[in-house]
Amino acid sequence: MAARLVRQTELAGWASGALAVAALPQVLSLFQVVQVTVFLIFAMLALSLDFIWGIAGILSFGQAALFGIGGYLYGIVGIDLGSTILGLPAAMLGSAAVAALIGYVAFYGRVGSMYLAVVTLTVTLILYQVMGSTADPKYAIGDARLGGYNGMANVPSLSFAGAGQALGPAEFFYVVGGVLFLALAFCLTLARSSYGRILQGIRENEPRMELLGYDVRWRKLLAFVIAAAVAGLSGALFASWGNFINPEVFSLPQAALVVIWVLVGGRGTLWGPILGTFVVQYLTSLLGTAGASYTTIALGGVLVGVVLLFRRGLAPALSEGIGRLLRLGTAAIAGRK
Amino acid sequence: MDQIAVTAIGVLFAVSTLALLALGLAIIFGMMGVLNLAQGEFLMLGAYTVLIATARGLPVWIGILLAPFVVGMIGIVLERAIIRFLYGRPLDTMLATWGLSLVLVGVVTVVMGPTTEGVATPLGSVEIGRYGVSVYRLVVIAISVATVLAVYVVLRHTRIGMIARATMQMPRLVAASGIEPQIVYAATFGVGAALAGLAGAVMAPLTGVVPSMGLAFIAKIFITVMVGGPTVLLGTASAAGTLGVVESAVAYASTPIYGQVAMLLVALVLLRLLPNGMSGLWRRGL
Repeated sequence: MAARLVRQTELAGWASGALAVAALPQVLSLFQVVQVTVFLIFAMLALSLDFIWGIAGILSFGQAALFGIGGYLYGIVGIDLGSTILGLPAAMLGSAAVAALIGYVAFYGRVGSMYLAVVTLTVTLILYQVMGSTADPKYAIGDARLGGYNGMANVPSLSFAGAGQALGPAEFFYVVGGVLFLALAFCLTLARSSYGRILQGIRENEPRMELLGYDVRWRKLLAFVIAAAVAGLSGALFASWGNFINPEVFSLPQAALVVIWVLVGGRGTLWGPILGTFVVQYLTSLLGTAGASYTTIALGGVLVGVVLLFRRGLAPALSEGIGRLLRLGTAAIAGRK
Repeated sequence: MDQIAVTAIGVLFAVSTLALLALGLAIIFGMMGVLNLAQGEFLMLGAYTVLIATARGLPVWIGILLAPFVVGMIGIVLERAIIRFLYGRPLDTMLATWGLSLVLVGVVTVVMGPTTEGVATPLGSVEIGRYGVSVYRLVVIAISVATVLAVYVVLRHTRIGMIARATMQMPRLVAASGIEPQIVYAATFGVGAALAGLAGAVMAPLTGVVPSMGLAFIAKIFITVMVGGPTVLLGTASAAGTLGVVESAVAYASTPIYGQVAMLLVALVLLRLLPNGMSGLWRRGL
């Protein structure tokens, strides 16, 4: 009975999500469609962090960096080979390869969870400086100039038919929405498979899983690499969205933002961070008129506040609170009778 | 000959400043297990103390002396207000201090403006053969060495140092001996912050002062502390020695950016080989 209810709720969730994505371009203005597209792209990045952090319990500060690597690779492949379709797998593979290298050192060296967080953060910071120092025109791969802090311009938009026939804003919106749905379904399926169960076991008690005979090293590495591929894909879509990518994707506020999306949405649900992204990005866009410094202060404050007050994230705390209120309400009505 | 001497001073400068910059974090991490992501912002606050002091007409040296006290007080306030609720939750502490670092950068940008301000480098330079060497750099080397030695003496040979070490090992026994562990935690965090303030203040005349200046140092500091491992002084010194030489050698040969990249790669290899950090080799020590 309860299981059926859960299944029905989930089906309803998928259906309403699909309906929303299908209907939005018909309802919204062109500007809003473009805006929501980038929210969807960011949501995919948040999803990738939640997969390793919420499911496997590995906190990485480098998801934004893998996102950025994906974006740069998409730009390089798109500009040099003229094929944006090839850019997507190139971005996924490139980000996955970088993650495999870092993950190999971290998981096979059995460094602690704090060390992994610091290593990923350091890689992010150094990428920021390295990419920022490529302003000289000699730093180019083929025709793709890296451009230093100004970034790489002229990144081609995603197109299926070949150069010059890029997707329109609404079509691109549908592609991004579809990819996000696939990524969510993929991550959910994986989380519920036996492999996903083992990952959750590692999250809860790693030594116990090892004593039960599971090799946690390659399983954590694989989860890290899968999440990196998802992050790389979203980075490629981001570069296509703005026709542009710059080192800001490797900056600390950007890296913190990904963590905040997941924290606000609730860890381990996979769909929660998608909602979290929408809420946070919408609020930031409202704040944006006040100036970048105030946005940074607000984001930092949110990070401190959520960690201090709501350990499991904002959304679970909210839904728990509402549930308690409802129960109190029904109890009060029952009491009056 | 002159060139060798100048290069040696360069390497010594890289190693000793790396140790000075990392020392505060090494104390906070090594003794309390707290990885403070706002450490770079403590450096920045130290540098701003010097900037404000010199703008008021005080000598640079007074600013450098003031910085540890100012930043140490800020550290103690933040420890009481935020950090103390998060002991035993290392990842949450990282997230909270990260938020703190964003807030500090934002607030300083709003108050002081986003531009880079310079502090004049005092003392001029001396000639070594055909090369000129800034005297201030030599003084910085001396300050770094003196600070590391002072921390060693305090931790090893004073009653305060003993209480601090005891609190980190067995807080309940310390509490039973009539000393409040909470005060020791606050003081230790304050000392870590004060050392960052001193390091930032010392660097201010060399690097310029800007709200985001913590970023330039934070990667190096983290790598040094991670590679050093949890042993405060031995780890920091050996890691700073190794990584400082790597960084300055590569930076001489190419650019400072590649120096940092080389440092990161060496650190990754070292972490793979020595997961407990370099001080894991010695097992005991400070």
